[in-house]
Amino acid sequence: MSETIFFYIFAVISVGMVLLMIFQTNPIVSALYLVFGFFGVAGLYVLLSAPFVAVLQVLVYAGAIMVLFLFVLMLLNLRKEDLVYDRLNWRKIGVGGVAILFLGFLAHHFTRIQIQPFFDLPENFGTPEGVGRLLFTTYLIPFELVSILLLVAIIGAVVLGKRQ
Amino acid sequence: MLIIILKILIPFLIIFNMIPFLIWLERKGSAYIQDRHGPNRAAFFGIRLGGMLHSLADVLKLITKEDIIPLHVHKPFYLLAPFLALTVACVTYAVVPFAHPIEINGEPFTFQAADLNVGILYILAMASLGVYGVMLAGWSSNNKYSLLGGVRSSAQMLSYEIAMGLSLISVLMVGGSLELNNLVISQGATPWSWNFLTQPVAFFLFTTAAFAETNRNPFDLPEGESELVAGYHTEYSSMKFAMFFMAEYAHVIMASALIALLFFGGWQVPLMSTDFLREQAGLGLYILLLAHGILFMVAGIFLLTWFKKGKYGDLRDYEVLVWGIPLVLAGLGLSLYTLLHGSFDLTPLGSQIFAAVVQFMTFMAKILFFCWFFIWIRWTLPRFRYDQLMGLGWKVMLPLGLMNLAVTGIILLMR
Repeated sequence: MSETIFFYIFAVISVGMVLLMIFQTNPIVSALYLVFGFFGVAGLYVLLSAPFVAVLQVLVYAGAIMVLFLFVLMLLNLRKEDLVYDRLNWRKIGVGGVAILFLGFLAHHFTRIQIQPFFDLPENFGTPEGVGRLLFTTYLIPFELVSILLLVAIIGAVVLGKRQ
Repeated sequence: MLIIILKILIPFLIIFNMIPFLIWLERKGSAYIQDRHGPNRAAFFGIRLGGMLHSLADVLKLITKEDIIPLHVHKPFYLLAPFLALTVACVTYAVVPFAHPIEINGEPFTFQAADLNVGILYILAMASLGVYGVMLAGWSSNNKYSLLGGVRSSAQMLSYEIAMGLSLISVLMVGGSLELNNLVISQGATPWSWNFLTQPVAFFLFTTAAFAETNRNPFDLPEGESELVAGYHTEYSSMKFAMFFMAEYAHVIMASALIALLFFGGWQVPLMSTDFLREQAGLGLYILLLAHGILFMVAGIFLLTWFKKGKYGDLRDYEVLVWGIPLVLAGLGLSLYTLLHGSFDLTPLGSQIFAAVVQFMTFMAKILFFCWFFIWIRWTLPRFRYDQLMGLGWKVMLPLGLMNLAVTGIILLMR
């Protein structure tokens, strides 16, 4: 029962904060609402018995990536007149229409998913050890591919930054 | 339920009560390092406690001072920032183990609020959030000095978090667990098996990164009085300003606790394992009480030798008597009681609790030593320049951390 209550608390936090993020004109305020949203998602991970992923969510996204975002945004010296809602035009209405169509599509399919009853989780599920074992045995090749992708991204950033 | 609340509340209260003490230690320590007397004026009927009453006077002053909110600030975040800084600094204590777990009626009882299987990662995650308080304060103050302080702090924290994480990985590889309690147990009770000797490079990297993460000298560029007025808290006054300071000291205590836990055996009493302490609990309690009695007596007599009539010509003359006489009497009573009582006969639970108390005291002593170490460094080393700071973080500590990781891995494989 308490899990349901906590689920709704965290769900409201994540969705509410992300909505607030979208409706802000000031990018720094938006970024901060996104950080609060991450906490809601981290709470949801804990409820799904994945504490390791929850902590990584806070550590990596809230603690590192968003700090970098804020760092750049703070240096962006924005003027007050830039911080207004964009004018509505036909292109934006079109994009919004497609988004709503996609949302309807998703909703249609989500309502048809068979909800599985509770089952016992395997031992080590969601612990650092369990996640590590999976990453380095079953999913070794995707894991290494992702590492190489990140390495390429870092090298690309350095090359772009070094350009005179 | 009550036990859970107590487990959350007691570490929190210990930490909060250590903050004024640390402020006193910082003032007195800096004074002795600079060959001064330090605070000695604040007095309450002649009682000065060696300047400790200054902390009390500061608390009263900071609470009752007018709270100024400048007109040009971004108000919600300006108000949020100090609370965020203090909250983040305080929630980390949830996973710190204060003693070896004991068994009550067959049920295990741990001396930490939350026994998470991701313990050390939780601490890292919360520590990485510490930057938000500083950044928000810097940005919402709408002041170029504050903003520069906030920007500096975010860059510094990000850079040193990497070195900190790398140094931690090698410690975790040796310890084989993410739970702080297991890490402490795996280090054993002998000082030469503790991680500061088996992982000296990691110890150096972690300590340096911890200094950077707490924004303490020589890494206190976010404040940088000589360039940035007061950095990110320039626009703050009264209790909000104090909250930033409390957050800084809470971070110092946390960093000291982490250094003690990861590298100096945490609650392990040197040369005395938990089993040994539990077996010899009766004799141990006897020795402990006797030693405290003698210590009180010696301290009291030492204070009494300072007594000289007409030294100041007012109530301050009698301060040493107020502390000295009760100390001597308490010490005399304790020693006589212990000597007459003889060796103690403890129940199994009692001996477990005795071991836990001794371990708790050892852990607090280690924490206090490293708090003093932080203060000692702050008043001996000059501040880094910004490019030196970034160079040290990225060009020295990151490669060193990676090399240490590789060497540790190879040695662990060879073993």
